[in-house]
Amino acid sequence: MPGKESNHFLDLKLPLGALLSFYGVVLGLYGIFSDPSVYTKSFHINVNLYWGGLLLALGLLLLLLTFRRRRG
Amino acid sequence: MVSKALLPVNGIDYLIIGAYLFITVFVGYSLKKYMKTGEDFFLSGRSLPTWITSLAFLSANLGALEIIGMAGNSAKYGIMTAHFYWIGAIPAMIFLGLFMMPFYYENRVKSVPEYLKLRYNNATHALNAVSFAIMTVLMSGISMYAMALLFKLMLGWSLTSSILLSASVVLVYIFWGGLSSSIYNEVIQFFLIWLGLLPVVLLGLKEVGGFQGFIERVPAEFLHSWKNLGSATQNPLGIEWVGVVLGLGFVLSFGYWTTDFLVVQRALASRSLNSARLTPIVASFPKMIIPILVIVPGLLVVALLPAFQPGAAGGAPDYNSAILLLMGRYLPNGILGLAVTALLASFMSGMAGNVTAFNTVWTYDIYGSYIAPGRSDQHYLTMGKAVTVVGVLFSILTAYIVQHFSNIMDYMQLVFSFFNAPLFATFLLGMFWKRATPAGGFWGLLSGILAAVAHYLLYKSGILPYSSDMGANFYQAWWAWLVDFVVTILVSLFTKRKSDQELKGLVYSLSSRSGRDASRRWFLRPEIWGSLSLLLVVILNVLFW
Repeated sequence: MPGKESNHFLDLKLPLGALLSFYGVVLGLYGIFSDPSVYTKSFHINVNLYWGGLLLALGLLLLLLTFRRRRG
Repeated sequence: MVSKALLPVNGIDYLIIGAYLFITVFVGYSLKKYMKTGEDFFLSGRSLPTWITSLAFLSANLGALEIIGMAGNSAKYGIMTAHFYWIGAIPAMIFLGLFMMPFYYENRVKSVPEYLKLRYNNATHALNAVSFAIMTVLMSGISMYAMALLFKLMLGWSLTSSILLSASVVLVYIFWGGLSSSIYNEVIQFFLIWLGLLPVVLLGLKEVGGFQGFIERVPAEFLHSWKNLGSATQNPLGIEWVGVVLGLGFVLSFGYWTTDFLVVQRALASRSLNSARLTPIVASFPKMIIPILVIVPGLLVVALLPAFQPGAAGGAPDYNSAILLLMGRYLPNGILGLAVTALLASFMSGMAGNVTAFNTVWTYDIYGSYIAPGRSDQHYLTMGKAVTVVGVLFSILTAYIVQHFSNIMDYMQLVFSFFNAPLFATFLLGMFWKRATPAGGFWGLLSGILAAVAHYLLYKSGILPYSSDMGANFYQAWWAWLVDFVVTILVSLFTKRKSDQELKGLVYSLSSRSGRDASRRWFLRPEIWGSLSLLLVVILNVLFW
């Protein structure tokens, strides 16, 4: 029964997807513009950039699921 | 007032923490307009989908204290800590879903204590409801205090600012959105915990040289969950397998997962009986792999930091700092903020879970049962909101009291264990033996509590010897359960039982089980998922034997 939860209470995928996408963008940008020397701790892996990318992908996926359901 | 901090957070980290706080308040505010009846506020209108209730069911138990404490246990005891996640949780979660949930859900009880009122009598109900209500408020205050301490250590925040910040955010979102706010925040927390702590685990594994290096560098006795449980003196836990199976696997685990309203309330918010039954069973799958986040970091500090290696000079290290040490070691700003947010989220949702369980039990089981019964739904809804404020204020008060008398915390946890240990016997007999009488239920429960107290006194006075406090704790639970079980049966044999009519739907042999056998698509059947979960947990135990 798709759609039943979205007409009763708020669909959590929307705020959760928005939060994770926001984190993805913030971490990604910080990863691009921050000084590479901060990544000596993480074995010179730009963890902000890569993990930010993962967060953004996950966040967008959740948002996509929300909007597909709404239109459908 | 900022004192010296362990983690060097900066503006980007604060932006990430701030975004989380904003979203939680936003979710609460968006739910405000849906809270029209008591059922909306206290039970989410019984409308939530299974994935939400399952993740909330799991997260309600995954407080930050638990994460930090279990990582510490893992640094101290190794993979034996997994018993708390596998045998100490999974069988009970499956049992709740398969056998007990219909009694809670189909009778439309609003709380776990309410079942005791229907099945036994007011005395049994009041004993459980009052002790539970006091416990939840105190627990919420304890976790508030623990959070304040941790944030002082990590970020240099003062205790008062941590306590007031977390309390006001939790108050606002529960006041607006009730149980739904609490549940939604637990789901958000579940995502944040994985996304915030997994980088620590991955970077740690990279440093030790991958899985192979990990196995080589962790002392061999830390890599077995059962092998060294032959006798209590052979392993650091100080307990042998009988105690683990009976105390932890049977009594403590079943007592907590099947009767603690804090977790069961999440399943009651489900939209159908089948979904309510699936809730704990679906939750058991992610539960099995939580050890990746808590046990692996504990083992990593053992492998990497000389101070944590067994027999290291300089005395016992601070085991509970394991996760924080790794966060500081690997995480640059940015992703560090995410890990801190994960811990903050798990503290706040732990508090919120206690507050929502408290306002429900107070409103329906205490106020609505004994102080002002028979009022309108709106009256109880208003009371629920008002008591949310009172509950948060009491939590703040508790946090300050604990701050000045920190050993009170240990005593409170001890008192809680007295009330909790025997409870499962009362529910088990109530649900599966129709001859259990109201008098039997009450005297059984009371005797179980007294047995736990007596066992504790005998252990402390040295009459009962155990190799460790944990061993004593496991056996205390077992004996309290057994006394409750035996006394309930004995008293029941000599007192008047309720008629079959009165017990309809409350006892296994007198319930229709109509909803359970209805033809459903096979992949929605709780029995299938329950069996699969049980199989997986057996495999895990064999792999890490």
